[in-house]
Amino acid sequence: MGETGRPVGAGFNGEADPPVGGRASIVLNMGPQHPSTHGVLRLLLELEGETIVKAEPDIGFLHTGIEKECEDKFYQQVVPLTDRVDYLANLSNNLCYCLAVERLLGLEIPPMAQWMRVMLTELTRISSHLLWLGTHAIDIGAMSVFLYCFREREDLLRIFEMFSGQRMMTSYFRIGGLALPPPRGWEGPVRKFLDAFPSKVDEYEDLLTNNPIWLVRTKGVGHVPLEDLIDLGVTGPMLRAAGLAWDLRKAEPYSSYEKFDFEIPTRTEGDVYARYQVRVEEMRQSARIARQAMEGMPSGPHVAHAPKVVLPDRERMKTEMEALIHHFKIIYEGFKVPAGEVYQAIESPRGELGYYVVSDGGPKPHRVHIHGPSFGNLQATAKMIEGRLIADVIAALGSMDFVLGDVDR
Amino acid sequence: MLPEPLAGDPIAKAIDETEPGSVTGGGWAYGEQTLEIDPARIVAVCRFLKEQQGFIRLADLTAVDWHPREPRFEVVYHLHAFEGNRRLRLKCRVGGEPPEIDSVTCVWRSANWHEREVYDLFGIRFRGHPNLKRILMPEDWEGHPLRKDYPVHGYRYSYKDE
Repeated sequence: MGETGRPVGAGFNGEADPPVGGRASIVLNMGPQHPSTHGVLRLLLELEGETIVKAEPDIGFLHTGIEKECEDKFYQQVVPLTDRVDYLANLSNNLCYCLAVERLLGLEIPPMAQWMRVMLTELTRISSHLLWLGTHAIDIGAMSVFLYCFREREDLLRIFEMFSGQRMMTSYFRIGGLALPPPRGWEGPVRKFLDAFPSKVDEYEDLLTNNPIWLVRTKGVGHVPLEDLIDLGVTGPMLRAAGLAWDLRKAEPYSSYEKFDFEIPTRTEGDVYARYQVRVEEMRQSARIARQAMEGMPSGPHVAHAPKVVLPDRERMKTEMEALIHHFKIIYEGFKVPAGEVYQAIESPRGELGYYVVSDGGPKPHRVHIHGPSFGNLQATAKMIEGRLIADVIAALGSMDFVLGDVDR
Repeated sequence: MLPEPLAGDPIAKAIDETEPGSVTGGGWAYGEQTLEIDPARIVAVCRFLKEQQGFIRLADLTAVDWHPREPRFEVVYHLHAFEGNRRLRLKCRVGGEPPEIDSVTCVWRSANWHEREVYDLFGIRFRGHPNLKRILMPEDWEGHPLRKDYPVHGYRYSYKDE
């Protein structure tokens, strides 16, 4: 693999620059099937011994053309595609897309649907963070945390299945409200989960927070100054771990987040350990929001009154002529959305998720651009690992919590 | 010279004072501000907005194809300022073949991948970009999939014969 002079194999950018420092270096190809890249990320690492001289992420292995496909579908048919963008936080993606289209349509969403959306997106945040914590810990060598996290994540997936019939590809939020009225007795499993969850977080913290191996592997690793993070397009928990208390749920409240009481956890160290602390605290705060939403859940309809946009109730469709016509027209012709454009941003578990929807007045979107938070976060990779040891790459990548579906779309 | 509807707008006015004639239009819709910028001046305007107006983050950069209108592409920049949580959308219309515009990677480093994505999917070239090559599609791919005249199923496969 390695020899003096030119690195063997694919170089960076196809350019022929000599190895930095003039010493022998090799290019190590990490991924796209490396387990710790959490998907299909390929990293090109130029190494001098065990030190990384230069790093370049190579993405695109999971590109599925979702944005192109959106342009060929009716507005309501895009919702299931959004599940597949960030498949670990599918409800956040459903929510962001629906909010964008609802703004274009000028739809008023009933309070019950809004609160249900808040509760379920917070549970999604917990489930996404649980997966992150489990895999991050297993990468660094803590096997048992993974099993504990997946135990709780399983409860959450059962809750999503109870609401939508699907564990992961839920598509539960639709333009105008929710896909289905919440099932009878939904409070039972949600309450059971929320009652038990804080003690489970304590359990994870017992295993990790003061664990000497964990501390050595994470403290001071992957540090990037705040200004660089902002300039590189990083958002979400990584910014908050570097000291910026910025959260879209507070800064630009959507879906009645302004009515909930919660805190934005921050740290100032900006290293892998700080990101761990921020995300663990976020899980506690999310549970707090979900509990408030569950206990204060307003009653009322689960969809907005907009017969030309929202599919009619199944029973009414079978007995009323007008409802049948609306049903037929929405399915076959879609609904028209006034010409215009919106950029809707929400705080997904990974950072700012933005949907830029452009309408030309027809029933299909003219353009849907998805700004995935992982796309921005991943640009900081090189800055985070250059000059460090190869073992730190695993810790730094894990702390970024990216999802390749979100990067490549 | 500001266009008439923007005369009272503080940001448009500030831009126009430093870069006269660079703002060619704009307005508010759905609570979001849009400014249309002369493509030849985009880097200077972005640098001014970042350094003087606090828009230190480029939230998003993408393009929209308005085929067959000319100039057919809109390059869209979403700027964000943490102070006051302000957002601003800039638009530049570019045409020709290949369409070209100056890169803003010298203003925000995060534009790097976004511009590569726009180049990859729309075929818009960014002058001065440090590493302009395909990012999502394979390197030997032909065509730019997000153009409106690119079929959804691609060129290579046709369902007609089946």
